[in-house]
Amino acid sequence: MEGSGVGSLNATVAPFTTSNVIPWFRTFWALAASGFRRYSTYRQATVAGIVTNTVFGFLRCYVLLAVAGAAGTAGGYDRPQLATFVWVGQGLLTVVLLWGWTELADRIRTGDVTADLLRPVHPVTAYLATDLGRAGHAALARLLPPVVVAPFFFDLYLPTRWPTVLLFAGSATAAVVICFACRYLVNATAYWLADVRGPLVLWTLGSGVLCGLYFPLRFLPEWLYQALWIATPFPSLLQTPLDVLVERDPAPVQVALVAVQAGWVVVLLAACRWVQRRAERRLAVQGG
Amino acid sequence: MADGRGGTLRAYRALLGAQARSQTAYRTSFAVDLVGNVGATAFDVLTVLVLFGVTRELGGFTLRETLVVVGLSACAFATADLLVGNIERIPQYVRTGLLDAVLVRPLGALPQLLLMDLPLRKVSRAVFGLAVWVTAVASAGIDWTPGRALLVVLAPLAAVVFFGSIFVATATVSFYWVESGQLANSLTYGGRDFTSYPVTVYGGWFRALFAYGLGFAFVSYHPALALLGRADPLGLPAWVGWAAPGVAVVAAALAAAAWRVGIRHYRSTGS
Repeated sequence: MEGSGVGSLNATVAPFTTSNVIPWFRTFWALAASGFRRYSTYRQATVAGIVTNTVFGFLRCYVLLAVAGAAGTAGGYDRPQLATFVWVGQGLLTVVLLWGWTELADRIRTGDVTADLLRPVHPVTAYLATDLGRAGHAALARLLPPVVVAPFFFDLYLPTRWPTVLLFAGSATAAVVICFACRYLVNATAYWLADVRGPLVLWTLGSGVLCGLYFPLRFLPEWLYQALWIATPFPSLLQTPLDVLVERDPAPVQVALVAVQAGWVVVLLAACRWVQRRAERRLAVQGG
Repeated sequence: MADGRGGTLRAYRALLGAQARSQTAYRTSFAVDLVGNVGATAFDVLTVLVLFGVTRELGGFTLRETLVVVGLSACAFATADLLVGNIERIPQYVRTGLLDAVLVRPLGALPQLLLMDLPLRKVSRAVFGLAVWVTAVASAGIDWTPGRALLVVLAPLAAVVFFGSIFVATATVSFYWVESGQLANSLTYGGRDFTSYPVTVYGGWFRALFAYGLGFAFVSYHPALALLGRADPLGLPAWVGWAAPGVAVVAAALAAAAWRVGIRHYRSTGS
């Protein structure tokens, strides 16, 4: 019965999974691929989403260009940088999936989460793999279209230093993992609360304004955005990858910003595992 | 149907009362929702303040002038969202078959759907929007005339009707395309964002389409110009600011027609 989960005191059967690295990667890859396939079936919703992102791209881009006004710069960005910031931001929004993920909370409320706990993969790992697959699909289906449409109507900024492209890829991936971990933690409050709408509302409001979606955080006073950057994960969700892409800062600062993201990845994934362990100790699912 | 009209009204009141009781049953959740809904509109206003932190004017308008535009848009959108906004859930009603149940009852389908799901938690947002509008108008230094005093009341009402029409008209898309998902958002929430700034901010065919093709310029921009006594930098005459109620009536008529055609076209999904 070792490793099957039946008769074990601990709901999650962790040791079995970490004993061998190659099967672990194979499992992770299979889960990610299933996440990719699952989202590629919602084709009509994808088309509708692209149209909506594009409309908001026009709206936000015109507003920020008006802010730059006659001077041509605002918050240290020039016009093409602002345009790229808005349009890539609209695409990235669905790649990191800021809003609308309540799958874990729903499964905790209905008790379906027990099925996840019985599997020989840690729930945080399993959900992360599926989410990375989803993000991969979104990068192709939701990030590319607005970025292809935008140059027909606006001057976009293209990176001038080749390492920027690699840094952006790393930064965007880190943003997906950080956003996943934040969503996981918000959803996991369902283990303790009967109604998770409170944490969800706080997350929706806070993340939207503090990640740089409504306005680039550099429009705020310097002490404020620096404090946000260090003390909260929010700027790492959207502002950092966008700042890296438009080369808002010299190369060493770009690397430092991505390093901050890496720090958040470690801290938040550890927090997810810790919360999951605490939750499993008190979880009582009604039979039936 | 002996007492006709009275019975119908009583039925609607019963629907609304049941909603109110069920929504306020969980007091903490309801309180959290009330606070959360204020937050969304508060951040829209905060965004404008932050933008004016790095610029002195936006599309040729100062902060005080822009706040009149934002206040009108926020106040009207929040109220329309409270009264009619939940019609955006109609794809779910179509998919789950709830719309079939609604259609066989001897009451109007649209009022039933609105009253069955009236989101009372959004009351806080509408009140906040109204506060923004009153503050913006009071601090804009308007040269008051009887006409402008009338417009200050009429313009938000017209804008509520306009936004309500957009909500209903976009919702009818799901009679033809159940999986239309977020598509309606680009006109409802997109319209809110568009009307939060003077239309001089936007350019080209995009401005022509949203401002005059769809009529969003008459929601907040032109009434604000009339209140502030400013000439339109785009050259339209001053009386256009007074056309807002007329545009709202036309929009409501078009939305009602779209709804009728949509309901006739509706074929149950069979679920």
